[in-house]
Amino acid sequence: MANTAAINGINGLRDIRRSPASHLAAALEAGSIQGTVVLNEGPFQTMAGVRVDPRSEEGARIAAVTGGLPARCGDVAGTDRVSVLWLGPSEFLVVAPEEAHDSLGGDLIGSLVAALGEAPGQVVDLSANRTTFELSGPRARAALEKGCALDLHPRSFTVGTALNTEIGNIPVVLQKTGEESFRLFPRASFADFLGRWLLDAMREFASPEVP
Amino acid sequence: MLLIPCPNCGSRDETEFHYGGQAHVAYPENPTELNDREWAEFLFYRDNTKGAFAERWLHSTGCRQWFNMLRDTVTYDIQAVYAMGTPRPATTGPAASEPGTASTAADSTTTGNAAPSTSSSSTTAPEGATK
Repeated sequence: MANTAAINGINGLRDIRRSPASHLAAALEAGSIQGTVVLNEGPFQTMAGVRVDPRSEEGARIAAVTGGLPARCGDVAGTDRVSVLWLGPSEFLVVAPEEAHDSLGGDLIGSLVAALGEAPGQVVDLSANRTTFELSGPRARAALEKGCALDLHPRSFTVGTALNTEIGNIPVVLQKTGEESFRLFPRASFADFLGRWLLDAMREFASPEVP
Repeated sequence: MLLIPCPNCGSRDETEFHYGGQAHVAYPENPTELNDREWAEFLFYRDNTKGAFAERWLHSTGCRQWFNMLRDTVTYDIQAVYAMGTPRPATTGPAASEPGTASTAADSTTTGNAAPSTSSSSTTAPEGATK
């Protein structure tokens, strides 16, 4: 309960925070086709960029905080609250619900910083760096395939993996959260572009399929 | 369009990579002792090989790691992918084709290459990765 109170007002700043694609909310709703492909912007997340050698002692300490570090490209480690995405051999993105942030009563960033200590590496609060798009539906993969060169077929891109790639020519972290649902993490400055690009990619599915 | 086998991420589209020029260009032992011509040759003069060419690549929208690649400049055949700081592999015939390099690359992720190779890459990587 204390967390909820904190979210409601840290000096009023939380109330005026706007997500990078908030101006597209109505367009995303209008462009979504229920039962076919649905796009919406997810809630704020607490994100931390971590650079640490996963085989080192400090890497083990960080892994103890996050619930593990992914070992290879595509892997997602962590717990049900915190997920750790593999960005590089020594670079990880920690994603957690907003209330995990220290300013809202959580302790994620602080405990990561404490776990790293004076050891080589870095922990950076990137909560405002990326926004989250949630794309789901039977045609979600078809929409993504218009601008992503990866093999998105379920046999190679399995549920619970995340890849750092390009979608619509911009760098995006693409996470597969379910058989037909994807999470896209574009940088905040690309949110408008990617939102509109996805809406354009989804538009054909509103019409009946031409055999 | 090239399909480049990144040693960390596997085969990815060429658009995710940036080219880093010729590999194995050693920094001069004593830069202050070079005359202008020698310095200019170190800075600007590169081989223009027809055939197998060792070059640096950066997987800029993937794992953001540098690696070396042996590519045929005529056929675009990728003959080998190897880590920064390691010597150029011998090119004897068409032995190492792309599937072979991809499989050895996957191994290198688990064995040696996964560490933050800042020490080896900083000597060979250019000062600013031009976007």
